[in-house]
Amino acid sequence: MNGGIDPITLAVLAGRMEQIADEMDATLFRSAFNPIIAEAHDASHGLYHAETGDTLVQGKSGLPIFVGVMSFAVKAVIEKVAQSGDLQDGDIFIFNDAHIGGTHLNDMRLVRPYFHDGALFCWLASVGHWHDLGGGAPGNYNPAAKDAFQEAFVLPPVRLARAGQINQDIIDILMRNTRLPQSAEGDLNGQLGALDLGVRRMDELLGAYSAPTVSAALDALSQRAETLMRQELSDLPDGRWEAEDWLDNDGITDDPLPIRVAIEIAGDRMVLDFEGTAPRCQGPVNIALPTAVATAYVAIKHIFPALPANAGVMRPIDVRIPEGSLLAADFPAPVGGYTETILRMIDVIFSAMAKAAPDRVVANAYGTINALSIAGRRANGQPWVMFSFYGGGHGGSVETDGLNHGNAPISTATIPPLEILEAAYPVMFRQWALRPDSAGAGQHRGGHGAIYEIEVLEENGAEAFLFGERGKAPPQGVAGGGPAALNCFARETDEGWVNPPMVSKMRGIELRQGQRVRLETPGGGGYGPPEDRDPAAVARDVARGLLSTSEADRLYGTAWQGARP
Amino acid sequence: MTRMIGVDVGGTFTDVFFLDDETGMARVAKVPTTRPDQSGGFLDGIGREVSDLSTVSAVIHGTTAGTNALLERKGARIGVITTEGLRDVLEMRRRDRPRTWGLRGDFEPVVPRDLRLEVPERTLADGTIRRAVDLDAVRAAARTLLEAGCEAVAILFANSYANPENEALAVAALREIWPNPHVSTSSEVLPEIRELERFSTTALNAYLQPEVSGYLNRLEGALTEGGFASDFMIVQSNGGVMDVATACARPIRTALSGPAAGVIAAAHIAGEAGFDDVITGDMGGTSFDVSLIAGGRSMLSPETSIDFGMVVRTPMIEITTIGAGGGSIAWVDRGGLLNIGPESAGSDPGPVAYGLGNDRPTVTDANVVLGRIDPERPIGGKLDRLDVDAAARAIDTHVGAPLGLDTLAAAEAILRVANARMAGAIRLVSIERGLDPARFAFMPFGGGGALHTGALMAEVGLARAIVPRYPGVTSAMGAVIADMRQDFVQTVNATVEGLDIDALVAFMQAHVDTGMAALEATPTRFERRETGFELDMAYAGQTHTVAVPLPVVVTDGQVQPPTQDAIAAAFDATYHATYGRLLARGTRRVINLRSTVIGKRPKFDLTTLAPHGGSTQPTRRRQVHFGDAWHDTAIYDRLTLPVGAQIDGPAILEQLDTTVLIEPGLRGEVDRFGNTIITRGDAHGPG
Repeated sequence: MNGGIDPITLAVLAGRMEQIADEMDATLFRSAFNPIIAEAHDASHGLYHAETGDTLVQGKSGLPIFVGVMSFAVKAVIEKVAQSGDLQDGDIFIFNDAHIGGTHLNDMRLVRPYFHDGALFCWLASVGHWHDLGGGAPGNYNPAAKDAFQEAFVLPPVRLARAGQINQDIIDILMRNTRLPQSAEGDLNGQLGALDLGVRRMDELLGAYSAPTVSAALDALSQRAETLMRQELSDLPDGRWEAEDWLDNDGITDDPLPIRVAIEIAGDRMVLDFEGTAPRCQGPVNIALPTAVATAYVAIKHIFPALPANAGVMRPIDVRIPEGSLLAADFPAPVGGYTETILRMIDVIFSAMAKAAPDRVVANAYGTINALSIAGRRANGQPWVMFSFYGGGHGGSVETDGLNHGNAPISTATIPPLEILEAAYPVMFRQWALRPDSAGAGQHRGGHGAIYEIEVLEENGAEAFLFGERGKAPPQGVAGGGPAALNCFARETDEGWVNPPMVSKMRGIELRQGQRVRLETPGGGGYGPPEDRDPAAVARDVARGLLSTSEADRLYGTAWQGARP
Repeated sequence: MTRMIGVDVGGTFTDVFFLDDETGMARVAKVPTTRPDQSGGFLDGIGREVSDLSTVSAVIHGTTAGTNALLERKGARIGVITTEGLRDVLEMRRRDRPRTWGLRGDFEPVVPRDLRLEVPERTLADGTIRRAVDLDAVRAAARTLLEAGCEAVAILFANSYANPENEALAVAALREIWPNPHVSTSSEVLPEIRELERFSTTALNAYLQPEVSGYLNRLEGALTEGGFASDFMIVQSNGGVMDVATACARPIRTALSGPAAGVIAAAHIAGEAGFDDVITGDMGGTSFDVSLIAGGRSMLSPETSIDFGMVVRTPMIEITTIGAGGGSIAWVDRGGLLNIGPESAGSDPGPVAYGLGNDRPTVTDANVVLGRIDPERPIGGKLDRLDVDAAARAIDTHVGAPLGLDTLAAAEAILRVANARMAGAIRLVSIERGLDPARFAFMPFGGGGALHTGALMAEVGLARAIVPRYPGVTSAMGAVIADMRQDFVQTVNATVEGLDIDALVAFMQAHVDTGMAALEATPTRFERRETGFELDMAYAGQTHTVAVPLPVVVTDGQVQPPTQDAIAAAFDATYHATYGRLLARGTRRVINLRSTVIGKRPKFDLTTLAPHGGSTQPTRRRQVHFGDAWHDTAIYDRLTLPVGAQIDGPAILEQLDTTVLIEPGLRGEVDRFGNTIITRGDAHGPG
């Protein structure tokens, strides 16, 4: 089963190699200047197959979406090298092109061949979210971008180093194309440091164990992941299940965009077919093909969390992305809002899988990152920009109610404390609270979303933009559970509170001193029929002010009234 | 009044360490922990050596009472009074989740939402009072919480670190009607920016107050009844001690009291023996706890999570835990890979060999089957003998058969994988700080670690290990050694240029005055008093701060003001040392002031623990399996080996609560303190 390697050495090597990737993560987190990497861990590292670029081992602390997407970056470099044919030890490639490497243009990818005894043994790669790479909006989250050029500077795979010699010209080009060169240079150094560490650790590992042993272990681990996945699939019933959900709009035209999936399980194989999904759109909710495939991987990992993070897992799974759809948008389609689209892909995969095996999945989480920016100038002329993502509820599961106010399934980032935000920017949070009546009903209800009400204190006022979703189609329940509340954004004007025309997407929101914006985020969907919920649990939510009595009666009937504490 | 007593109450045993501070003679005792009232075992253990408590100069206690109450969620029913609009901060956390993959699990804070009440009040980030606190609303909230049966209350107002006025007014009004002293205020417990960390630490403090202060008062009462009339002190998570009154008011500082004392003792023992760089490993039933001591100093971590969402921000000795202990279960997954843990049989039912109902093999079972643990002399004294056959059968069934290995190969495999996991933890704690693990010595303590020492040395590439003379009572010894230490924090949040030096010095002076007054108030004698100041600093825009030591002099109790230039220079030096570069155009910011006041207690001479005379004759021999063969192995009574004795592996050194394994190719040498220094046969320890 393990390709000739003894099972004990295999178990030891599995831990050692995982630790190499973890150490590369830790090195970058510690040294990065930019808080998106240092604090939110928007980065990832791993080891990739010499010929195929498939993921061999991936660090555990990086961002979940990168687990699947990194091998595309390595494959792109392998293709480039195959054309030029002059790969040398000490070469390092760099690029951010999202249509080749997935996700968005902020993610800078570094790929380095690892040689042992003069032969290519594997690839090491590092990806990290850089603060800014030019484009139409600082931070590159341009909700009105109609192509990649308006989003950021685009760098295709090029050599940053040749045979160990860094090419300073590339660094000079990059530093001239960012609004924050200090931050970018710090991140670049951190990523180079992580790759250096990976090379040292691989040298140690191959010194302690022979190269054939390590190769055999890598093959065995990939084989093992495939075996585990096939066993999981064999345990599921055969059949075909479909699900459909919607993006509100693309930010330019207010038409809903369908995301569809059909899951087919036959024996130990599975097909995820996204036929019927909307075609490529004008605004930035398109994604590139690598992103779509990687997203399928994220959803699978959430459904089978014990599976190892390597390419073997995906071998029994066929991900079909229709050509011309917004899930496989060609260059230079804008992809800056990819987070919203991949969250919806995960939602439909969960919803369809729930029809096959409800116990294996959780209901939909809140399904939008709600990128909200509030910016202005202080009395002394100094500019300020408060940019953050906001949380919502997770879905209920067979085990428990959903988590209140969690982070997005594609991320592990935490939210900055309100005291840090208030100390840094002229704003005050009037409310930072759980949102009553936002959870999907169910035997295990969803988690609650949040209410953030923010008042502008600056006498010059401010201007805001929001990039969100789930304003028209709510997060779904599974196994008979109900949907959560919709995302709801309102702004204060001289005429009172107003909702934007695109529901959760708007630019150019003018706010005067004392005026507020109010963001109410969705909860998670419910799990199981609401009538199966323990009336005491309903009564408890009512007593805690998370469920109004009228909603309790409507969703659960009146049995809870007899269970009041 | 000559004896000092350290007491560590663990899950299974209560350890007592007695030190006669005139003769320097030490003794130890180990008695079963009593439940639910731990004071029974506590007094029983002391009674083993001391009949007249009036002869005792100090009792110092490392306690898990607070830790257990947090882990088992057995604190008091408490209420919260907080700023309008913000009552859910404790429940919303930092928008995280329990596990990266799977999206399952929910979270219940220790205070349910209906006991978190809002009152009108608001302070802004710059300290401006935007709205004065409504004291009638505070009183009404207090009455509601009392009617709901709350025993303790926490006041949690936004931005109170910047100006505590609203909280101070609220707490004054509250104390007039609250019937007990269990009132915690966030600006008193932790005047530091970041509301979740401050609110959570304060709420958990309130949660522990009734329980911990009740326990400590019972103990103090019993000691007094026995004639004790001196200092009763409690070990804090930061490795220092505090008096009982402080512990009752700030029980959250005991959250990791027990293990912290062990690390303090380890640092002292290793330092005296000539090792300043040590990684300690405490192997228990369910976990392996690793801690790092570099340059003789243990590492402090500013905060931890006791469990998901239960954030405690108070300085504590940094301890990294992985789920690989003696009771960790070995199993083969569906992909054919051998795994150790995280599931554990703990100490009850424990390993298969205990015969108490577990039938899945553990790490201890592998040690038993390989002859490394003597089945006729089980440690701990609960059992008469261990069931080797049952352990072997379990290993065959669950590991040997699926992997196609015989019993001995399967047992060796279990140890190899378990050792690899422990080695991984050792690598991680050192590498995370950019330190090469190879320069460290390994110090096992607790009961099980000394069995795995040789394997860990080989796996990590460590040159030597030091096994303390009494590894099973390290935490009790640490209690006797620990200094009296108080940590203070105050958020400042200003650029270096905009810093109000007078205000900063006023905070520093207040910290020094409070700390020195506490030292004065105890009867303990101190060798000297030390103050230390650090600033948490960063460039504007950065969120990770560096701790910048501030060279500030205290003359006759008066803090001498530092200059802005000195602060900037100190930041540059620290930042450059950490990141290897400075930012030419960066703006330097000061986030927090951290002050420390330490009363250094006299250290006892560890040579008093050393053996006098003794014998290098083995007590008997037995077959022990190493690698792929049985070896005829000499067994020694460890405590009777004389100073300077050299024992070449394979050998086993036995004592009451610990088995020290010296593998083939390694050598153990008894140093002048009675520690066993283990080196490779071809290497030599210092001195």
